[in-house]
Formats: sequence, C-alpha cells, structure tokens
Amino acid sequence: MIEFHLDARSGVSPYLQIVGQVRQALLLGLLTEGDKLPTVKEVVAKVAINPNTVSKAYRELEHQGLAAAKPGVGTFITRSLGQASLAEHGPLQRELRTWLAKARAAGLTEPGIEALFTSTFRESAESAEEEK
Amino acid sequence: MSAILHAQALGKRYGRRQALAECTLEIPPGHVVGLVGPNGAGKTTLLKIACGMLAPTSGRIEVLGEQPAADPAQLARIGYVAQDTPTYANLSVADHLKLGAKLNPRWDTELAQARIEQLDLDPRQKAGKLSGGQRAQLALTVAVAKRPELLILDEPVASLDPLARRSFLRHLMESVAENGTSVILSSHLVSDLERVCDYLVVLVSSRVQLAGETDDLLAQHYRIVCTRREESDLPSDLEVIWAEHTDRQSTFVVRGDTETPTGDWVADHLELEDLVLTYMERAADSGRRAKTQKTEDAR
Repeated sequence: MIEFHLDARSGVSPYLQIVGQVRQALLLGLLTEGDKLPTVKEVVAKVAINPNTVSKAYRELEHQGLAAAKPGVGTFITRSLGQASLAEHGPLQRELRTWLAKARAAGLTEPGIEALFTSTFRESAESAEEEK
Repeated sequence: MSAILHAQALGKRYGRRQALAECTLEIPPGHVVGLVGPNGAGKTTLLKIACGMLAPTSGRIEVLGEQPAADPAQLARIGYVAQDTPTYANLSVADHLKLGAKLNPRWDTELAQARIEQLDLDPRQKAGKLSGGQRAQLALTVAVAKRPELLILDEPVASLDPLARRSFLRHLMESVAENGTSVILSSHLVSDLERVCDYLVVLVSSRVQLAGETDDLLAQHYRIVCTRREESDLPSDLEVIWAEHTDRQSTFVVRGDTETPTGDWVADHLELEDLVLTYMERAADSGRRAKTQKTEDAR
C-alpha cells in the first residue's frame, strides 16, 4: 500500500498530485499490476483532503488505463509502467550535464538556466500533447 | 437531487445594520462547501439562518428542500456546530453522548463510541477539562453521530492549533467519505479550506461576491500581465475583476472561458487564495468608494 502527500504550494492541483504520485510509484516499482490503492476514506483520513479529489484522481488513473475500480472492493493497478529505471538513464543524464556546462559557459545564471529549461520543457510537452 | 441550500434575495437586518443582503445561492448536494469572508462579513448570520436559529428579514431560503427548522424531522437532518465548538463544561464526554442519544431520533451510538475511542478521549472526563482540540472533536462527534444529511460548521478550526486543525479536518473528511454527508463550513482563512472544499462561497460586506465549484473557479480566472492599457482594450468576453497599473505595466484579473485568453500578454492561473483575496479586495474597494461618495453627497 502506498501513501500520498500533498504539497499546498506546488501550484499543481491536488488531484493531479495524486495521479503523479501513483505514476511515480509505478516507475519506482513501489506499485505493480494487481496492487490495491488505498480507499478514498483511508486517503482522506490521512491527508485531510476532499474525498471527491481522491475519486477524481482515481477516475483519471482509470482513464489513463493504469487502474480499475472493482465496485465494493477497491481500486487496483492494472498495468505496470515498463519504463527503464532512472539509473538506466545514465547517457541522457551525461548529455544533460554537458548541456548545463555549455549554458554556464555561455554566461547564463542559475535562474536563467532554470527558466530556459522550464520554458523549453513546457513547449515540448505541449507540442507532444498536441501530436497525440 | 435538488439543492442542499437554496436562497433567494435573502437578507437579515439588525436594526439599522444590514448583516446579510441580497443573498442568492444554489448549492448542489454532495459538496464540502467553504464559506469564506473577513470577520463581520455575515457568515455566521447566513449559517444561523440556514439551520433555523435566526429568521431572515427578507427573501426566502430552503435547506434540503424545506424551510429551516420547519419541523423536528427537518431539524434531525441537519447537524450544526456553532462558533468555537461549544460543549457543556460540567458534563462528561459520556454525558454528551447520552444527551445526544436522547435528543436525536437517528443517533448512531456505535459510531459515537467508536469515534470517542479512536480519539482516545476518557468518557468520564468533564468537557470543561478537555483541550481546545479535544472539545472540537467532541462537538464534531456529537454532530456526526446525529447522522445528518447536511453538516453546518461555523469557524470550526479558527481557535485550534495547526496540529488539532489537521486532525479535526481529517476526521471531518473521513466522515464525509463514509456517509456522503454534505458540509458547509466557514472560515476567514482560505488556507484552512483549500484542500477540503470543492465548492466555494465568498461573502464580503454582507454580500455574496463569488460562488461555484472550486475547480471551475480556478479554471475560469486568469491574471494577465501586459504593457499599460485600459480595461476596454481587452477582449469583451473577459470580465475584468481587478485592474492595477504602473506607468508602463497593467495587471488584470479576469474571468472568462476555461481557455487561456491569447494576446500580447502573459496569462496565468491564480492560486485559490489569491483568487479569493482579489474578490475580497474588490468588495472592500467598492465599499470604500461608496462611503466616500456618501460623505461627498452629505456635503
């Protein structure tokens, strides 16, 4: 069983935070196919949020094909996210390091690098979303 | 299902003071409703009218499809916890439960006992000797064990420390999840309500400024930052809630569609707290302007 935690200052809506944490748990291998998610009541009794928020998150997970609700029993994980673990991303990480060094050499400050990365990341995520 | 609370031009006047004015609301069932506003905005007045402790001086109100306190059956469907979660200081925890059982036709003894155990409260303890957090939990237990369809709580966490606040809200949400109870709770702090409420009513200077599902409200509002311009230069489908200008920059808070308004500007969503504060500031601002106008007229 996993536990959720919410960050009030993150700017991400609580239901998306829950969805994100389930995805993350799948990537980290904390959750696999057949695992049961905590019930709505268990979640709200732990983190003091609106029950509808949890239901909405679980519906979104169903919509994404990651979980399925069995009426009267609970919500279960239906699919593992068979992505390589972070440790296997070594080459990508090395490339990113090289890029960061280049950005610094070009005179960008830390906040400048972060801003450039975030805006590019967002743009690319949006265009990837549109292509879908 | 019909609205849990339906108010039409509801008003309450104490002598010359208008505590609540032109209050029109239609709150659908199945929500945890946050009633937010500064102190003295009329929150308590509205909640007291809703549970039948006060009669309005104008307008109409229906709660769960009936007039508040129309008959004992209607009273049994509503749980009310007044400001500062009052309990009887000289009665023990067990006495409170006994009293609850005697006074309420739908009293759930098992649920009440289970909650007291879960909270680790000593049944023999006098309520006057409990901590603020424990008293609040006892008041909530009595209200919840009544098995109401609607639970009305007036500033339930205002006097609690952060830990007791969190614990109170956890228990409240647990009982909402379990029984599907609709809840209306008030607070002067948005941060108290942000995570627990999925419906919001903002009340300032005795008037409703904003009401709706939290997610919708967040999706419809944007902060636009652009080069200095007038409100009239913005697209007409955007309702300007707030405008601020410097010599070269303008900042607007607008309400529009759920689609991001596009133009030569930066548009971003607001956090719930900023959104509510914007409406509060706007109301306070127009209140000040009305007052200045009055003094000028008087001259």
